[in-house]
Amino acid sequence: MYSYSDFDESFVRARVAQFTQQVERRLDGSLTEEEFRPLRLMNGLYLQLHAYMLRVAIPYGTISPHQMRQLAMIADTYDKGYGHFTTRQNIQFNWPILPDVPAILSALADVEMHAIQTSGNCVRNVTADHFAGAAADEIEDPRPYAELLRQWSTDHPEFQFLPRKFKIAITGAPNDRAVTRAHDIGLRMVKNAAGESGFEVMVGGGLGRTPMIAHTVRNFLPVADLLPYVEAVLSVYNTLGRRDNKYKARIKITVHETGKEEISRMIEERFAELRPLFGGHDQELLEDIRAAFAPPAFRNAPLGAYDAFYKADPTFRSWADTNLSQHRNDQYAIVTISVKAHGQTPGDASSDQMRMMADLAERYGHNDLRISHEQNVILPHVHKSDLPAVHAALAQVGLATANVGLISDIIACPGMDYCALATARSIPIATQIADRFEALDLEHDIGPMKIKISGCINACGHHHVGHIGILGLDRAGVENYQITLGGDGTETAAIGDKTGPGFAYDEIVPAVERIMRAYLTVREAPQETFLQTVRRLGLDPFKAALYGTEGAQDAA
Amino acid sequence: MSRQFTPKVVTANRLREGDVVYLTADDQWSPLHHQAELIEDEAHAQLRLLHASSQKLLIVGPYLADAKAGPSGPEPVHFREAFRTRGPSNYDHGKQADLRA
Repeated sequence: MYSYSDFDESFVRARVAQFTQQVERRLDGSLTEEEFRPLRLMNGLYLQLHAYMLRVAIPYGTISPHQMRQLAMIADTYDKGYGHFTTRQNIQFNWPILPDVPAILSALADVEMHAIQTSGNCVRNVTADHFAGAAADEIEDPRPYAELLRQWSTDHPEFQFLPRKFKIAITGAPNDRAVTRAHDIGLRMVKNAAGESGFEVMVGGGLGRTPMIAHTVRNFLPVADLLPYVEAVLSVYNTLGRRDNKYKARIKITVHETGKEEISRMIEERFAELRPLFGGHDQELLEDIRAAFAPPAFRNAPLGAYDAFYKADPTFRSWADTNLSQHRNDQYAIVTISVKAHGQTPGDASSDQMRMMADLAERYGHNDLRISHEQNVILPHVHKSDLPAVHAALAQVGLATANVGLISDIIACPGMDYCALATARSIPIATQIADRFEALDLEHDIGPMKIKISGCINACGHHHVGHIGILGLDRAGVENYQITLGGDGTETAAIGDKTGPGFAYDEIVPAVERIMRAYLTVREAPQETFLQTVRRLGLDPFKAALYGTEGAQDAA
Repeated sequence: MSRQFTPKVVTANRLREGDVVYLTADDQWSPLHHQAELIEDEAHAQLRLLHASSQKLLIVGPYLADAKAGPSGPEPVHFREAFRTRGPSNYDHGKQADLRA
């Protein structure tokens, strides 16, 4: 993976030193909260409901065992022994105290990590396919481009005060695992007729209070044009974006109000001005970066032990069937470690679990770990003969849950258990749904199922693109949960449709159960997934299940 | 006729630790909601908020939260404020643990 250059190192250290002094000045009263707030946000430090929260970037979701151990150390030393992996491939610490934050940032800098640009109206952590460099369906590893974008966007003088925050996602595969169509800029690698690599550039996607699927503004962008083109998009947005209204300030609104044709024209015009200014230094840099992402030296070893174990051990077989994905090397598998044990908080890993994952990545995983936007951890390169040992080790620390892609593999934002913006809780809804369907033993019968829960309209839990989306709201001083169905975050992206009136806190889990029982009744065959059934039949059978005869009459 | 004033407490987070605190009648910051001063007059509420806002070295983000009288002191009205008196529901962390210790 990429290692910091001297420039990166001194930049991050300088920022730690600056922030250390800023914290001192806040604590001695030289800075007011109004003065300090933008400074702490620039360094990823929020004040939440019960405590401060530090959001640490995990660039494009790639992290080394050494870094993972440092996160465990921070969790033990400065927090309550755990960290929370987020839908933007970050990790959040929920309980740091202000005087400790400089030491935490210093500890992060020791392992080439930081919390810069994890908040504020700037280009945030660039996210990527968590199977990058390993997936069988991949055209090219997208991470060198993600790293190039990270370097370009970090402290970019023109883009530190954008109209609003700006999120870029990139995938190298046709099967979109990075939700690129719901980002300000989505980049999807494609090949042109001549067989050259390039990007489909999508602009103006986003969730939040006005969910929109991104428009394609370029079908094929040569890779060498990436930075000037992205800079052109940012530049047009920086000029046109609505600074008068926070709720209309994201680029999705700019694209919507300007129109796809006109904004494409403006981007191309700006691109024509910017392109000559990029003299090729970016491409030299890209070549250096590429070397850092060279594939590991894959092992060539017999697979007999794996096959025998798979046949003999039903627990292992169940885990292998749900948690493994196809690697581009036939002898290898991609392991998704479920950080979603039934009844546990989605995305929370204890320091012991972090250390175990780090150990396994070192022993069996070519020193590579990924954080997925679905709040799981990935071992991208495991030789199949090592899988029984990996599974056994994961089981020791409660990380062997066989539920990836199933109904208990839920995305949930922190919600009102932590977040100052939340309007309702998310986490207990997720844990109760997982527990309920485990008790019913229906999880495997239901099959592929993505439930995504947000505790407010800002949609950190991606509820709009959940097969079932749940949005927690405050309705007249009571928690109320609105359901959407048919959302999709992949290459066939779609925003889910609202079913109707919301449900109270103690009604939402039974409501989800009614949807699932309706699905099991109306699906054509077990092979027809929930999403396919919703697409075939629409919302009617599910409204009838949710709201009874009244809903059925509406449907008729 | 003007709307009746809903009683308030002044609440904030401690600057250093981030803990939720409440302004008491004798100008202390207490972690316990029921020790807060229950303010039943709008003008007095604004004065108390102003007083809280001046304590920049102790607290962050003071505001007035709706409250009601209870048997052992003021109680929160809204569920958000009720959560703030305890801590998260997924772990025994925050006040619910700290105050017991």
